Amino acid sequence: MVTQAPERPVATAVPPPSRRRRALPALWPYLLVIPTVAGTAYLLFYPLIRSVIISFQHFRTGELIRGGAAFVGLDNYYDALGSAEFWAVVRRTLVWTAINVVLIMVISTLIALMVARLGKKLRLAVLAGLVLTWATPVLAATTIFQWLFQSKLGVVNWLLTSIGFAQFDGYTWFADGTSTFAIMVLLVVWQSVPFAALTLYAGLTTIPGELFEAAKIDGATQKQVFRDVTFPMLRPLFGLITSLEIIWVFKCFAQIWAISQGGPDGATTTLPVYAFQVAQSLHKYDLGSAISTLTVLILLAVLIPHLRRMYKHEGEGR
Amino acid sequence: MRRIPLTLAALSVIAFSVFPVYWMVVTAFKPTRDIQADTPQFLPLHPTLEHFETAINSDGFGLFWRNSLLVSLGAVLLSLVVALLAAFAVARMRWRGRKAFILMVFIAQMAPWEALLIPMFIIARDTGMLDKLSMLTLIYFMGTLPFTIVTLRGFLAAIPEELEEAAQMDGASRAAAFRKVVFPLLAPGLMSTSLFGFITAWNEFAFANALIIKNQDDRTLPVWLSSFSNVFGTDWGATMAAATLFMLPVLLIFLILQRRVTSGIIAGAVKG
Repeated sequence: MVTQAPERPVATAVPPPSRRRRALPALWPYLLVIPTVAGTAYLLFYPLIRSVIISFQHFRTGELIRGGAAFVGLDNYYDALGSAEFWAVVRRTLVWTAINVVLIMVISTLIALMVARLGKKLRLAVLAGLVLTWATPVLAATTIFQWLFQSKLGVVNWLLTSIGFAQFDGYTWFADGTSTFAIMVLLVVWQSVPFAALTLYAGLTTIPGELFEAAKIDGATQKQVFRDVTFPMLRPLFGLITSLEIIWVFKCFAQIWAISQGGPDGATTTLPVYAFQVAQSLHKYDLGSAISTLTVLILLAVLIPHLRRMYKHEGEGR
Repeated sequence: MRRIPLTLAALSVIAFSVFPVYWMVVTAFKPTRDIQADTPQFLPLHPTLEHFETAINSDGFGLFWRNSLLVSLGAVLLSLVVALLAAFAVARMRWRGRKAFILMVFIAQMAPWEALLIPMFIIARDTGMLDKLSMLTLIYFMGTLPFTIVTLRGFLAAIPEELEEAAQMDGASRAAAFRKVVFPLLAPGLMSTSLFGFITAWNEFAFANALIIKNQDDRTLPVWLSSFSNVFGTDWGATMAAATLFMLPVLLIFLILQRRVTSGIIAGAVKG
């Protein structure tokens, strides 16, 4: 892929070397980024545009096989926005995102603050535990959680039964919508906390210790120290992690699909799962694409401030 | 006295984070009758390898392992080469369109990948790439490329340009200066970046699930693992052994990376 320099000495070439040398630096950067631009164009922008186009077409199994899809304007969007099911899914997605992100941020902050106060040995043990959780692949985690919450042999039911909740003897968690939803939340929070907690802890360690000492001398309580010193210092980091978690939780797909495929009775169907179901199971690729586009638009409202912050930061740098 | 609640909190965080993984490994090593005991046994008192044998000898295990390895390595190598070129152009050269290019990379990094499931399926179908591992490789390449560019560019920017210039002044060509001076300094960065990319590709589920449909021999490990009940039924020992084997390479990589883990992740977003 790298353009090789010619084997023969440059001096024998017809154009004078001085001109060559001037022309090369101007072209090189463009040659170097061609593979990236081409890859991004074909593997990212083209599918994105294709998805938008399909959302304006009638595109079902027939069109998939024969081609020649007809444009139908906004019909798919009217279909999606006009169905009560879509709005139920939107509501569920927002609830899902809110519950998860709030839990993740609160727990991570508490853990980060806790780790900062621990002695060396215990601190290393907690950090190691978090890294272990973080290293667990999504699909390994979904399998483990299905085993933990298994009805007859699952260790969770055994634990709940033995501390007195007899109704959990042989309880089938994955047959009920609410309990499946709860397990999903538990799983996603369990998987997401390590990243947020480790990053926040890393941020905490960059705050100069004098600030805390000064606050203590002034007689500030722990609550005040957090509100007036720690949080303002970490605000950019909080903003970054929160937006990342919103994005990740909002578009979370693998966990849900691997465990429940959106069930039971759609109790865990969030927007990405819904779009895939509509396209893949009902073969309504057009409606699925419209839902995908709407999903992205909702997410974009969160994404743009984040993107602008990163780009601004980029402008200040080199 | 005041430290007791703190210690308890720390211990419970450790318990919550470690127990699920611990339980997976312990279950994998326990004989079936211990797994099915009325009272769970928290220690593997009669350790056995039978479940690992069942998992490894199950239909197609070697094949899926190979597929996952091929796809992940292919994607990582491709993205490393392409990203290195782009990172060099961004970190070391000034040119019109550089800012727009950086913005494109950031947009690509933030792209809603799950929204591409449907068009990717249709494009793969139209171009005869459905059920092909090469299509997955390309998608994982694109999935890891932006992150790789951003981090490599960071590593490159940390290496003083003067080092290269000095080498060039000593008569080395720009390519030679890069190969002999910059590349050795960049090697740790290349290593950790590619390992992160490898993990991302190794763990990916959504596209592997959507694009490998008819040709079941081309499945990757995550998709195979998601259908464990079809493979192992209620044999939880074998299921947990399979999950352990799937997790093993990722764990090894994390051990190799150790300290880089946090700093690398802050630089860019890697997550399934």
